Amino acid sequence: MTLPLPLEAEPRERPATVTEVVEGARRTLQHAFPPLWVEGEISNFKVWSSGHWYFSLKDPGSQLKCVMFRSDARRVPALPQDGLKVYARGELSVSKRGDLELIVRQLLATTEGGFYAVALERARAALEKDGLLAPERKRPLPTFPRAIGVVTSPEGAVWHDIVAVAGRRWPDLELVLIGTRVQGEGAATDLMRALALADRLPHLDLVIVARGGGSKEDLWVFNDERVARAVAASRVPTIAAVGHETDVTLTDLVADVRAPTPSAAAEKAVPDRADVARRLDALGAGLGAAVARRLEIADERVRHASTRLGGAVDRRLAATGERLRRQAARIAAACGVRLASRHAELSRLGASLDALSPLKVLERGYAVARDAGGRVLRRLADFPPGGAFRLRVTDGEVPARAEPRP
Amino acid sequence: MSAERRPPSLEEDLGRLDAIVRSLEAEDLDLDRALALFEEGVERLRAARERLGEAELRLKALREAAGGELKLDAI
Repeated sequence: MTLPLPLEAEPRERPATVTEVVEGARRTLQHAFPPLWVEGEISNFKVWSSGHWYFSLKDPGSQLKCVMFRSDARRVPALPQDGLKVYARGELSVSKRGDLELIVRQLLATTEGGFYAVALERARAALEKDGLLAPERKRPLPTFPRAIGVVTSPEGAVWHDIVAVAGRRWPDLELVLIGTRVQGEGAATDLMRALALADRLPHLDLVIVARGGGSKEDLWVFNDERVARAVAASRVPTIAAVGHETDVTLTDLVADVRAPTPSAAAEKAVPDRADVARRLDALGAGLGAAVARRLEIADERVRHASTRLGGAVDRRLAATGERLRRQAARIAAACGVRLASRHAELSRLGASLDALSPLKVLERGYAVARDAGGRVLRRLADFPPGGAFRLRVTDGEVPARAEPRP
Repeated sequence: MSAERRPPSLEEDLGRLDAIVRSLEAEDLDLDRALALFEEGVERLRAARERLGEAELRLKALREAAGGELKLDAI
């Protein structure tokens, strides 16, 4: 049995589907509102596992749901927080759920410096809280590094600049290129990986993290808190050189030394061989002077002993004199031209000691024959008949000539 | 990676030279000892100058091989 029902009115036209309505509203909205800028305060900010951002923009009167897709969101340098005042540019739409929403393509913080300033301040505060910016954390650079890791792009001028400067100043060096991307997508993790690799090379004495000049956006990765922490964690001292003189990044702030440019980093990293050559000269001079002083003292002692013992020590004295002359020659060779006067002094010293022995002998009535050049004449062959020579006696020299021999 | 054996570094040479000059300047040193130190000093000076004059920059590129092993390739 069928119960009677009251007659219900039927639509006089075909009903629209929900999808048709929502899509129609979307088309109408998009037609009425071309892409536009909206100013408001962020609330209910959430990052979904897909990487898309969902939040609302509100002002005292209303609120507007917003979505920012991952591909757009990842260009924003910091995660927005609720309460942040922003400018959002995007297209009005209606979601599948029928909600009015703004599809945000670009998001700027209204504060000066925008999201970059927000991100920078957030990272800086975190690093400071952990003491990573403290001046007392700075380590001194090695005076004579023997191996330096260079974390930079394998392309570009930075590596070549560093090689050129280091090679000119200090060639006694191994430079190890640890290649990494230095801008754009993935650069932060790449830099962290490069720094971790550098830490695994036990022979490195120093690490330079460098990048050439670029826009603020290009350099931005060096303000990444994770990159800065990786630099701070380096086993060996670090020099950072990012961009030009006026660019300062968090990486610069945590490094042990900041250099204005990659070339300047190389200059700070190695000594100048000209300076070291001067230091070697000074050490050579010091060595010469010190040993000359020792020889003078020895000379005094020998003289003293000689006076007391007479001719008994002649041979030892002669040997000592010979040794002193050899030393003087070595000093001259070692210390170079700059020590010519020291050389002369030592030669004189050696010669005087050498002369000490013959002089003692001459006092006893012996004489030494020498040619015009001072060479000692010992054998018959040294005295050609009629040849001139000089005879050294205890108080001077006598010119002499060999008589013809029978 | 095999650690290559190195001759004394310039830093060691300079440090040792400083020490030698200081010892020589001290009064309580007999001549034999002084001359031995001097000879060592001259040798270190010669080695240091040679190192400074002849050294050539060694350029390497670090590469992480499969398995995580580190390789240094000469550039």
